[in-house]
Amino acid sequence: MKKVHFSEWGIESPKYWGILAILGVFVAIAGAAVFYMEHEGHWVTGMTNQIVWGMPHVFAIFLIVAASGALNVASIGSVFEKKLYKPLGRLSGLLAITLLMGGLAVLVLDLGKPDRLLVAMTHYNFKSIFAWNIFLYTGFMVIVAVYLWFMMDRRMTAYYKPAGVTAFVWRIILTTGTGSIFGFLVARQGYDAAIYAPMFVIMSFAYGLAIYILVLLFVSKLDGREVGDKVLYRMKNLLGVFAASVFYFTLVLHIATLYATENHEYEAFILLNGGIYTFLFWFGWIFLGCLLPMALVYHPTIGRTRGGIIAAAVSVILGGFATVYVIVIGGQAFPMAMFPGKTIVASGFFDGVNGQPFLYSPTLAETALGIGGVALVLLLTFIAIRVLQFLPTSLADEAVDPHHAKS
Amino acid sequence: MTGKSSITLPAILVSSLWLGTVSAGEAVEGTAKADKLKSCVEPTEVMRRDHFEFIKHQRDLAVHQGIRGSKHSLAGCVDCHARKDAEGKPVPVNAEGQFCDSCHDYAAVHIDCFSCHSTVPGEK
Amino acid sequence: MSKSNDSGRRDFLKKAVVASSVTVAPGVILHTLQAQAEPRTTPVTDKVRWGMLIDTSKCAEGCKDCVEACNKENGLDLVDKPEGASEELWERQRPHWIRQVKLKDNMTGMLTNLVMMCQHCEHPPCVDVCPTGASFKRVDGIVMVDRHICIGCRYCMMACPYKARSFIHADVAAKLTHTPRGKGCVESCNFCVHRLDNGQTTTACQDACKHQAIVFGDLKDPESPVSKALKKYPSVQIRADLKLNTGVRYTNI
Repeated sequence: MKKVHFSEWGIESPKYWGILAILGVFVAIAGAAVFYMEHEGHWVTGMTNQIVWGMPHVFAIFLIVAASGALNVASIGSVFEKKLYKPLGRLSGLLAITLLMGGLAVLVLDLGKPDRLLVAMTHYNFKSIFAWNIFLYTGFMVIVAVYLWFMMDRRMTAYYKPAGVTAFVWRIILTTGTGSIFGFLVARQGYDAAIYAPMFVIMSFAYGLAIYILVLLFVSKLDGREVGDKVLYRMKNLLGVFAASVFYFTLVLHIATLYATENHEYEAFILLNGGIYTFLFWFGWIFLGCLLPMALVYHPTIGRTRGGIIAAAVSVILGGFATVYVIVIGGQAFPMAMFPGKTIVASGFFDGVNGQPFLYSPTLAETALGIGGVALVLLLTFIAIRVLQFLPTSLADEAVDPHHAKS
Repeated sequence: MTGKSSITLPAILVSSLWLGTVSAGEAVEGTAKADKLKSCVEPTEVMRRDHFEFIKHQRDLAVHQGIRGSKHSLAGCVDCHARKDAEGKPVPVNAEGQFCDSCHDYAAVHIDCFSCHSTVPGEK
Repeated sequence: MSKSNDSGRRDFLKKAVVASSVTVAPGVILHTLQAQAEPRTTPVTDKVRWGMLIDTSKCAEGCKDCVEACNKENGLDLVDKPEGASEELWERQRPHWIRQVKLKDNMTGMLTNLVMMCQHCEHPPCVDVCPTGASFKRVDGIVMVDRHICIGCRYCMMACPYKARSFIHADVAAKLTHTPRGKGCVESCNFCVHRLDNGQTTTACQDACKHQAIVFGDLKDPESPVSKALKKYPSVQIRADLKLNTGVRYTNI
């Protein structure tokens, strides 16, 4: 195995600035959407007093979950000492930070009072998982930044592993915290299940790795860096394992929920008669998010093509969005069971009359904010790899595989 | 209060609505209760320097402990300092050139009291 | 017994002289006080816990008196639909503090009318989840929002089992002095806290209910009408399974 060298992203300037400009446009549109939403108020969104969290939260939660997952590639290299993964660590740490920044930006800009961010930083209620998350998120960025520094600075090599372990432990706690936002909500039937915390951890593994694979292949393709099959196959097999794990947790979640008769109506809503939510559950969460990527990456021929691997990663991401949508919006759309054994036949404030779910149709503004968050992630990532040495000069098999010489 | 009499800017109150429908006209000098008083609830110098401390302290007492009778309430400020127009309708205290606005505009201090609080004396 | 509570008693007796009284149920007297408003000068104490009993058998079908009284008292009727907003969407976005609900028993078909509002839990989930502490429970049991530190994250709305909270979706042109309100914060029923702090002892919904379906008062005072009624009649909490010990109870559900 040769010594690994790193270099800046070397694509031609016009191409580079062109990419930044395209992303910049999406970020600018999101900025305009935020200004519009904050100036007018949230009535310009599809969010209501029934569906209180909408599209921005779907994007934000997806990005935040993916952020901790993107760090896994680095963790496998440093915490679990897999040599093959070591050259991949820098981009992994970078994506973890940029994904978190993008997600938090969307979350914060959707607040009713985003100008009061300082209040959120100075007033804490330590019983709130949100308050913990403020520390978990900011702490995560600092720790990963230090981890990256130790990774990139030779003088700090001695501290590289402890930093890696700290970051790994922190990210597990972070995603547990994100999952607990829902797991601890006793009010709604769709939530209130402790399994949300570990399920979010496993979801983060899948989404983060899928994003990592796509970004790595995209930036390498553009400036002619080689990504060898060894590295890629290792990652795509892992992606398959993660997709299968998400499937397993989904199974457990629904079987456990179905066990209690009181939850049958909610389960029927998600699994059978919930319209868009049922469709997104089966086609998005299960098929795109779990089954299709598993079939693609483990297929004897398709699984060994770049196209197949890219399709699997894209599928995991689309399925991931569907998953978060079903959890966030679907969980709210099902009316709360306030009066067991009774049906609400009339209400002055939309209580789910005759069991009807609450309606939600996202508007352009809130969707643009979410998409802007994704664009911001890529924008920050591309700027960083252009100015600092995040990318290994080659990931060709002979450059990264410790056993290559022998074989 | 003394500094106030020098501020007699004719205010065009386009955006200031009272109870959604009634918009007040130009404020008439001397129509606020404060116009007839020598000093505020504290000496003028103290009020100028520390009024926000008083209001903030009172705000926490009112919201969390239910003490609404204090002389340092924002409702008290509005009640006393809002002028009236020629027809006797109250003019918002944060309207251009009015009590709150005149100083805050000069000091370039933007605060957010009136996105929630009433700008005219209350119903009672 | 604290001094403030003693004086509260005296006030009560004083006011009771000018009060008109109505028979709520046999042995339960509801006082409608013409209080001489005297704002508080001492902090509220935990010697008092405000609470409410709603008798669903008296709550009349189609009657909106309490809802309208609440809307007027708390300025909710001043919240206008923004120009260009769709009527249908805005109905789901505008704030409500109290609402009528009509229930039908799935097995027996029995119909029940009742009103829902913030249940003023002893252990409120909205307070647990609020990141800044804006959602809080006052020591006298009233659950409310400190708008000064509410950042508008709506986590409390996700956590409330009663769907009692509303987010202010648009600018509010007209506000009442005693009920400030602005875009971007969450709010809910506060038992007409401005009335209580100014020495009154009734809520607007209670005063408006000509059927006497709403009894309000101090749950810790065994002599209060609400305590007497709760002692006399069987009552339930909504979602009692959550063990939140709500301040609002119901009979005849």
